[in-house]
Amino acid sequence: MSSQPSEFPRTLPALDLDNEAFWTGGKNGELLINRCDDCGYYVHPPTGFCPSCESRDVRPQPVSGRGEIVTMTVNYRAWFPDIPVPYVVAMVAIEEQQDVRLITNIVDCDPLSVEIGDKVRVRFEQVEDLWIPLFFPDPEARP
Amino acid sequence: MTTDYPEKGIAITGIGQSKISRGAQKSALGLTIDAVMDAIEDAGLERKDIDGLACWPGAITDGSGFAPVGIPALQDALRLKVNWYANTRETSGQFGAMFNVIAALNAGLCRHAIVFRTMYQATARKRGLVNASFQPGQRTYSHMAWHAPYGAFVAVTQQALYFARYVHESGIRPEQVAQIALNGRRNASLNPAAIYRTPLTLDEYMESPMISSPLRIFDCDVPIDGSTAILLSRREEAKDMRNPVLHIDSIGCNMHYRNNWSQLDALATQAQPEVANMMWNRTDLCPKDVDIAELYDGFSFHSINWLENFGFCKQFEAGDFIEGGHRIALEGELPINTNGGALSAGRMHAYGQIHEACIQLWGRGEARQVKGDPRVVALSTAGGPLAGAFLLVKE
Ligand SMILES: [Zn+2]
Repeated sequence: MSSQPSEFPRTLPALDLDNEAFWTGGKNGELLINRCDDCGYYVHPPTGFCPSCESRDVRPQPVSGRGEIVTMTVNYRAWFPDIPVPYVVAMVAIEEQQDVRLITNIVDCDPLSVEIGDKVRVRFEQVEDLWIPLFFPDPEARP
Repeated sequence: MTTDYPEKGIAITGIGQSKISRGAQKSALGLTIDAVMDAIEDAGLERKDIDGLACWPGAITDGSGFAPVGIPALQDALRLKVNWYANTRETSGQFGAMFNVIAALNAGLCRHAIVFRTMYQATARKRGLVNASFQPGQRTYSHMAWHAPYGAFVAVTQQALYFARYVHESGIRPEQVAQIALNGRRNASLNPAAIYRTPLTLDEYMESPMISSPLRIFDCDVPIDGSTAILLSRREEAKDMRNPVLHIDSIGCNMHYRNNWSQLDALATQAQPEVANMMWNRTDLCPKDVDIAELYDGFSFHSINWLENFGFCKQFEAGDFIEGGHRIALEGELPINTNGGALSAGRMHAYGQIHEACIQLWGRGEARQVKGDPRVVALSTAGGPLAGAFLLVKE
């Protein structure tokens, strides 16, 4: 998993105790999603509470970084001057749990080639002290 | 037995609207005063009669024009003496302010309450402020922070994700989707107050630029400067007032799904089905009793979703229902968005629909008046994790 300087100006999230692992796990090449120690349910966005079993033993755990595009859009309009268009905004369900959905960009491919149902994998892009999870087409899943 | 639900005791007794434009000649507060004074006069009341005040979402003073006027500015300008007031941002879409007023009137906290919605986005955009909360280089605490790093800065990109899933699951075709925009423009051509009144053809729609697929520019509503005010009173008082009584027959305001823009339970239907169910469970009316539907059209697909989720057609069959546009036209079996909607009349942000529902029920629609003395209007607002709905009935 590589990281590279961004060509794409990104508005960054402010960190707090709940979301810090998600936005910094890429430093170690890990996509960290909060998971319940007691029942195994993944909790996203991250909180310290498991809505499945009410446990408070919920903490960031690495996942495979594999997922599937649940929905996607090709954005053609440059909302700020330096943004290269078109680009793909997608919602990716992680392989481990269908209801954990990450808003992301699909990168390293022709934006017009991306479709709902495509398998994707994570990579990270460092911006300041954050590692932004991005997804690219899974080379094993596409011809 | 559905007659005891408290919303049935509340009526809309007056409506008002400022000039709606792509660049106002007066301030946002000035527009709000126009709308509110208009509503008070429409009901045959005076300023001193207004003892309740609400708005959605309350003032947001970020220069974006999204909500430039709140309750304090209006209360002070009009020197109102109110017994109850509240703005309401985290609620069932823009109608949440209406639902709060219904509760306050029923609780006896006030007798005649104004709800207003003011936008000043046309002027704000001329000043270059597209979305003040998402500037590159800033760290955002916004509820949209999960979208922010990915260039999903604006509603069209965020909501395109829901519509894309709907298209994927339903198979609706672009020329069917187009009918929402074409219908709006056709109705707007008969509405002197609408922003865009030149007829739109299917070819023009199909050739129009894609903003964020599958949403084209004509699927997006038009930012305006303007204000709408709705006056609500208790039903028994409404009987002695100037306008024919329009009572609220039922509301849908629940939040049974995850209220999170990035984690919707059902992308294709969003938050609407349970809200629509609540509304139908609180009334003896059913979809076939509805004469007109004023459906939220912040984006065209919201109206498509509401047609299905209200039960006017089956799930994923709205494309067939609106094909050709005849059923939803003014002369059709279910006229929708009769003033042109947000797509062509302008983004009054759901309050345009309430205003127009009253226009139609009071028979003031002139060239766009729906024939046959319409009695029942279904109204809806919002998309994504938010939804609100109600039925308005003329007695
Ligand atoms: Zn658990």
